[in-house]
Amino acid sequence: MLLDGAGIDKGALAKALGAPAAFGQSQFALVRGHSFEQRVKADGGAALIRLLHERLGDGSPAPEPGSVDAPDLCAAGPEGRTARTALALREATAAGRWALLDHPLLALRIAGTPAYLEPDAVVVHPDGSWTVVEIKSFAMIDGAAHATKVGAAARQAAVYVLALEEVAARTEDLPRVHARVLLVCPKDFSNLPAAELVDVRKQLATTRRQLGRLARVEDIAAALPEGTTFDLCLAEDGRTATRPAGQLLEAVECVEAAYAPECLAACELAFHCRARAREAGAVESLGRGLRGELGGLTTVGAVLSAALGGAGDPEDPAVAALRRAAALRAEALASAGTGTEAAV
Amino acid sequence: MSLITSLARMEAVRDGRARPLTTVRHRHLAERPLVLVPLTTAGEAGAPLGALVGTDRDAPRLLVVAQPRDRDLRFAFLAELADAVLPYVEGFADAVETEERKETDPETGKKVPVEVELCAEAPQLLVPGTAAVEYVRLLGRSMRFRRTAEQDPEAAYPAPPRVPLLGRWLTHFGERARVPGSSLLLPMTQLLSRHWATGQSNPEDQHLGSLLAWIAPPPGSTGAEAALRAELDRDGDGLLRCPPAGPATDPAFDNKRLAPATSRYDRARAEATEAAAALEAAGGAGAPMARARQRAAAAAVESAEREIRALLESQLRPTWDAVWHGVDLLRELRAGERVADRWKRDRWSYTTHRDRVRAGEPPQPRRDDAVTAARKLATRETALARLDAQEALDDPLVMATRRLAGEAFAGEVIEVVMEYSTAKVPRPRPLVTVRTDDSPLLAEGAKIFRAHGATAQTAEFVGPVAGEPGALTVRLTGGMGRGKVPDAGSVPEKGDRVCWTLFEHSPRGGPELPDPERTPWTHGGPPGEAVEAPDPVTPEDHL
Repeated sequence: MLLDGAGIDKGALAKALGAPAAFGQSQFALVRGHSFEQRVKADGGAALIRLLHERLGDGSPAPEPGSVDAPDLCAAGPEGRTARTALALREATAAGRWALLDHPLLALRIAGTPAYLEPDAVVVHPDGSWTVVEIKSFAMIDGAAHATKVGAAARQAAVYVLALEEVAARTEDLPRVHARVLLVCPKDFSNLPAAELVDVRKQLATTRRQLGRLARVEDIAAALPEGTTFDLCLAEDGRTATRPAGQLLEAVECVEAAYAPECLAACELAFHCRARAREAGAVESLGRGLRGELGGLTTVGAVLSAALGGAGDPEDPAVAALRRAAALRAEALASAGTGTEAAV
Repeated sequence: MSLITSLARMEAVRDGRARPLTTVRHRHLAERPLVLVPLTTAGEAGAPLGALVGTDRDAPRLLVVAQPRDRDLRFAFLAELADAVLPYVEGFADAVETEERKETDPETGKKVPVEVELCAEAPQLLVPGTAAVEYVRLLGRSMRFRRTAEQDPEAAYPAPPRVPLLGRWLTHFGERARVPGSSLLLPMTQLLSRHWATGQSNPEDQHLGSLLAWIAPPPGSTGAEAALRAELDRDGDGLLRCPPAGPATDPAFDNKRLAPATSRYDRARAEATEAAAALEAAGGAGAPMARARQRAAAAAVESAEREIRALLESQLRPTWDAVWHGVDLLRELRAGERVADRWKRDRWSYTTHRDRVRAGEPPQPRRDDAVTAARKLATRETALARLDAQEALDDPLVMATRRLAGEAFAGEVIEVVMEYSTAKVPRPRPLVTVRTDDSPLLAEGAKIFRAHGATAQTAEFVGPVAGEPGALTVRLTGGMGRGKVPDAGSVPEKGDRVCWTLFEHSPRGGPELPDPERTPWTHGGPPGEAVEAPDPVTPEDHL
């Protein structure tokens, strides 16, 4: 997080450290994602608003053709764009009409550092309330989409809602930001959009708590040795680091990393952290839950020598359980192939 | 993860290669399984890109969709897939044996024995990983509601014949794969990680290449090194040397190899269409030149298609070989005793679906009705309990896990005292005392079971013996025959090694569920008669 806060290109850093990340997106998926998004937002967002209105089913009159505003959000730089977005939101709220903000830019302070977020769209209702729209290209088949993908989309949308709430708090008549977002996916095997309202109250609460708990980046940075720098000295292509790997490694080592296998799916530096964890023989590299079972034993070597009776206090329940497990395993392996009853 | 499994993983880290988690094989492995390695187009729901399929490891059949956005090409692919899979699946339908089963007579309401057919063998589909199992389900869903021109002459974009039938079978395989312990459709990663513990975590085991690297590292390297190479090694162009097992492709492969090849193919096809039009327009006079142009264009299409085929084969073949490598490794393990019992249930499942297809029933609905859904859930729960019990009984290493968890105990008989029940006709109720190092979680009077003969012998826990740590007394309550004197060999003797479990050996399902027609209103009432409509199609659909 410190590295994110410092705006370091973690992908380039991982590459420089010799453990490049395996992330990447196929251009087929990108093309498909874009074409679907364009289709959903076609004719000035009228189709999208109709979808949202249908899902709401609140009996309000259906949006008429040509009644949807689509303000222009172009501006220079992220600050300019966020300001433009805030202005557009204010105007649209005051207008009392449906409005679709296509790719607005929002700012959210994370651990004291602003992060810029770009939701697919934000809809302003005629009553002045706001709804986040998330357009995804995974299919909703028979009304159900892949649970983990929906979960990820909901978490992502929750962050947008938080950022919108900050904007709303600064807007005069304190417009309401809905805690349910509109998730739009392709229907079954077609290109037609299907939409579902997703309640993100839980994700909102989780994100709020997590953000509140985050130590401030300044505090972490203050704990680093003086003069630590993650400057990659990027070459002209903007991607290749020219700073020696040894120096970078030294800098990265200053930051404590809590590696778990789940990191592999999320962080560019995971392969580096995994290599360090394996080198140290950390038990977490085999699974996050393992630490709980093993008490004070934190390395593979310590666990094995405790299990084989070479080390460890036999009074320690973790050590006793390990020895029992090792004895049972050895006994069963020795008797392999003779059936349960004869074996025991 | 049990402590014994964690320990096995750490042993693997220490030894640099995978360690056994079981002493026998716990899944059925068919003599002639059908291996299917599918690839899908990134970002599309169910637009297949290609597949290797077949029962002969040296001669897989390569199926390719040169342009996944083209419906005709996709249909051609599915028709070929049906051609490759259906003869295999249907090949087991006719060899049957008869079984006797009790059925309720609709007139008298009594249970009467009837003879029913049971297929002697069943097909088995092997895929690389769990994602491929989901993909088989998805393919099944995308095909089973299609209409062929024969079924509905009016249908827009009719599917090739047999494609809907393949959809129904793949749906059945996908559905069956959700039953614990079933073996009709199995992912290789799950099969291997059930039997071996690697020195990496569970999510990392989902990578077939690195899993195999741990189990059978190449000579001169440790499992960890080989696994790392399988995971990350890239060639000069940044392509993975060990391509992902699919169905998703490596994005670098998509961007650097496949996308250029696909656009070459598109251009060649556009040129071919133009050339054909030009030939028609030219008529007699300029014909030779136009004909030459058309020939050149056709050759270009062919060569572009060949290139895509070669590219996809380069991604598929390593996975195909890896799946067969896994089959070899698994064949070295002896099958557990009760594996055949579970396979028989798979054969039942295959036979009933065969009957449904033969009876001309409609395809499986999009959503199950309440009773069917509840029944499926109950089946899976029972199957899970049965699987857990059977694996433990078949395998001392699995039993060790249950013993560690306090769900079973084993030891040596130190005393047997004959006692009788106080009923009018006294029955033998011997007290058996064993010495064990295990600490089972037992309450007085708890029912326990011992694997003995065809059925489990029941007993009741009496209590620990005072003053003798590790000595437990149990009272046998069954499995001793009908007489006043227990059958020979049914009561353990002093010095015998015995093992009791706290769990049942052949757990049965919960209470019976009503027929779907009698679904209570709380669960939506009886399902309607509505026949599932085919999926609506639009010109740009992706299947």
